[in-house]
Amino acid sequence: MKQRPVVDVSHLPTYDFGAASPMWWGTLAFIALEATGFALAIGTYFYLAVLARHWPIAAPAPDLAPGTAVLMILLASIVPNHLVDRWARQQDLHKVRAGMVLMTIVGILPLIVRIWEFPALRISWDQNAYGSIVWFLLALHTSHLLTDIGDTIVLAVLMFTQKGKAGRRLSDVSDNAFYWDFVVASWVVLYLVIYWAPRM
Amino acid sequence: MSGMPGKKAKRIEERGLKGIRDTGLDEARLRAFLAHAWHTPKGLYGWLATVDHKLIGKRYVVTAFLFLILAGLSALAMRFQLAAPEAGRISPDFYNQLFTMHGTTMMFLFAVPVMEAFTVYLVPLMIGTRNVAFPRLNAFSYWIYVSGGTMIWIAFAFNTGADAGWFSYVPLAGPDYGIGKRPDFWAQMVTYTEVSALAVAVEIIATVFKLRAPGMTLDRIPLYVWSVLVTAFVILFAMPAVMVSSTMLILDRLVGTKFFDPAAGGDALLWQHLFWFFGHPEVYIIFIPATGFVSAILPTFVRRPVFGYLGIVLSLIAIGFLSFGLWVHHMFATGLPQLGESFFTASSMMIAIPSGIQIFCWIATIWGGRPIFATPLVFVLGFIFTFVIGGMTGVMVASVPLDLQVHDTYFVVAHFHYVLVGGAVFPLLGAVYYWFPKVTGRMLSERLGHWNFWFVFLGFNLTFFPMHILGLQGMPRRIYTYPLESGWGSANLFISLSSLVLFAGFALLFLNMLLSLRNGRPAGDNPWGASTLEWATTSPPPSYNFPHLPVVTHREPLWARPDTLPVIEGLRVDAREVLGGTVADAVPQLRLPSADNSIWPLLSAIAVGGTFFASIYTPWAVVWGAIPISIGFICWFWPKGEPEDEE
Ligand code: HEM
Ligand SMILES: [Cu+2]
Repeated sequence: MKQRPVVDVSHLPTYDFGAASPMWWGTLAFIALEATGFALAIGTYFYLAVLARHWPIAAPAPDLAPGTAVLMILLASIVPNHLVDRWARQQDLHKVRAGMVLMTIVGILPLIVRIWEFPALRISWDQNAYGSIVWFLLALHTSHLLTDIGDTIVLAVLMFTQKGKAGRRLSDVSDNAFYWDFVVASWVVLYLVIYWAPRM
Repeated sequence: MSGMPGKKAKRIEERGLKGIRDTGLDEARLRAFLAHAWHTPKGLYGWLATVDHKLIGKRYVVTAFLFLILAGLSALAMRFQLAAPEAGRISPDFYNQLFTMHGTTMMFLFAVPVMEAFTVYLVPLMIGTRNVAFPRLNAFSYWIYVSGGTMIWIAFAFNTGADAGWFSYVPLAGPDYGIGKRPDFWAQMVTYTEVSALAVAVEIIATVFKLRAPGMTLDRIPLYVWSVLVTAFVILFAMPAVMVSSTMLILDRLVGTKFFDPAAGGDALLWQHLFWFFGHPEVYIIFIPATGFVSAILPTFVRRPVFGYLGIVLSLIAIGFLSFGLWVHHMFATGLPQLGESFFTASSMMIAIPSGIQIFCWIATIWGGRPIFATPLVFVLGFIFTFVIGGMTGVMVASVPLDLQVHDTYFVVAHFHYVLVGGAVFPLLGAVYYWFPKVTGRMLSERLGHWNFWFVFLGFNLTFFPMHILGLQGMPRRIYTYPLESGWGSANLFISLSSLVLFAGFALLFLNMLLSLRNGRPAGDNPWGASTLEWATTSPPPSYNFPHLPVVTHREPLWARPDTLPVIEGLRVDAREVLGGTVADAVPQLRLPSADNSIWPLLSAIAVGGTFFASIYTPWAVVWGAIPISIGFICWFWPKGEPEDEE
């Protein structure tokens, strides 16, 4: 078939931030499917709660302290997270480097506190269905945290290499920040379910 | 559109344009550059490392058809046993494995993957781009799929085949009754194939949203692409349910959680809710792309655009939404509250409306056109006939009293095969005939094609129609034999013989494919005179799909301008680059580098696979497996240092 050029795209950039980049849409789709998983797990929690005569089943409500601490840390992390996003969009590599180091620390802290969170549930996963579902919810969020931290660390290291200078990598940093917001938001919901629903 | 030739020269100076561009290159040099940039190395390494969506798509199709053969053989084995009453040819235990492997393989390893296989192959070509948005994810999802599928079939060979039905109800599949490791293999295989389905869904959403050819606005997207886009969204919101539930199942079995154990506050019906929240949309995940095939094939062979484009798009979206409202109709027999039942009866019947609108649009399309009865069209007509019958029995089982009557009888088996085979496999075979020339450069034999159709069509109806009657007479499903006094013997013998005819029909398909691969008539670019972009390039398409990416100015681009194709220029040809545009209007926005071949998706899949496999035996596998998995993903992600990076 004969071809006739009608559009010239040579001047277009090779990366952009946010909704302009396919990676952002990919991230959004992953967020959507993970949120669905969370929603179904939370649905399971309430389904079992409605069936049970007493809720929580044969256990006291979880100890608030560690979960609340994680909540505080995660809420506080929103500030540096958004700063990193802004610096990435401003293409300020030096600030992004510092920000990524900070975000790595901010990401590891809740994981450390979480070591105390599982015992704070005050029930074992195999004791009854209540124990199973709270462990399940907490484990879901933990694996969520773990993978995002892994991602953050790799990106942080990348920022200190020659390859970090590429603008496209800063777009990755911005998407990573977007995903972190989801990690925080999902914990706000899960925190309410795990710690406050049994107190209702 | 944003091509501003006047300012171009100045911009080039400002930015110091990198790389060699396609602007003004003569055809031969252009193709040589592109072929070099997009090529897949020869030999084993290239085969394992490729990220070309066409190679991956072809592989997906072949693998899915191999699973179809395995599932078909298990169906034949069942029919061999059921051909006579009180036949002792197959033990009850083995029969349980057979129908479970049949259903599981058909649903998880054939029907969904084969639809995705076509999607992966066709979408980039139909929207006028060079690859999917995340090519390595695409490779990864294939390896995950093939290893998960192989795993459960190897387990079957070692007498550890899943045996609790394709829906693995607890407590049958739970820790108390599930035999050995059988349900564990089932659960892990399911999580596995869903990882792959989800990856493809993410892939397709980003690809269709961002990589469409300039000018392909929302109302110019080919209907097939619309259908797989809607399917991708259904997958996104349905598949997590089965992953959550199968993970809970394996946890109950492996580490003693109590999700489904009523003695400890769990609930067996919870399994059914979660499973059918996925399982019902699953049918539409199979069916919606099949309607996309129909909308692609019909206009080509009646030589006019589909009647009611907008109506079909809206119906597709409506079906996508409604597919979630209905899972409870699989559970009428479990004794749910009355009000709930009425609601679900109503919503089950409601989905008949958008399905009906589509059928109406297709019939109107045929009405206004001059049909050419080539094999693809013949399969589509077979589909319309069969699907209408399946839909009618569907409306029947959607009503609670009748469902209670025929529940778990052969009536249901007949119904869902009419829907699945009639609704999905017929259009699929039409699609095979339709796109085979594009994929291989050769035509399938039309004569064999018509024989193929009649064997499948008659074999199918003769096999499954009598099952309605057996069901009304009370023959239960999932039984390995039935008593002599029942009087069901002759009907069952008839069914078993007919299933051989059906099987022969499939054999004709494979024969036709094998023969035509070598001796088929050369196809040329557009043998059917079709209107969509995949036909604008050579058959088979080159690794880079199009020498210049096309520009779309019309819903039927190749019918609007049969001689010249408007195209873009300015992309790099010495490195992989695709064009990104705005979501609604496809206005060019970005020149995006596209991932190169890599062995890491395969190695990552092996790491994930090993972890999943070992976790059937010990939960610690998850902890240790995290290490190789992380290594795999980091190496996959780590950039190689594109020259453009330093821009
Ligand atoms: C092509 C020829 C086919 C034949 C001869 C066939 C035959 C059968 C038979 C005999 C059963 C067992 C019924 C029972 O004992 O309850 C069955 C079950 C089933 N079939 Fe097929 N089938 C075919 C194709 C398909 C296809 C294409 C699909 C899906 C895409 C499919 C999905 C299923 C499912 C989901 C079950 C239920 C399994 C279970 O109860 O666990 N079949 N089929
Ligand atoms: Cu259903």
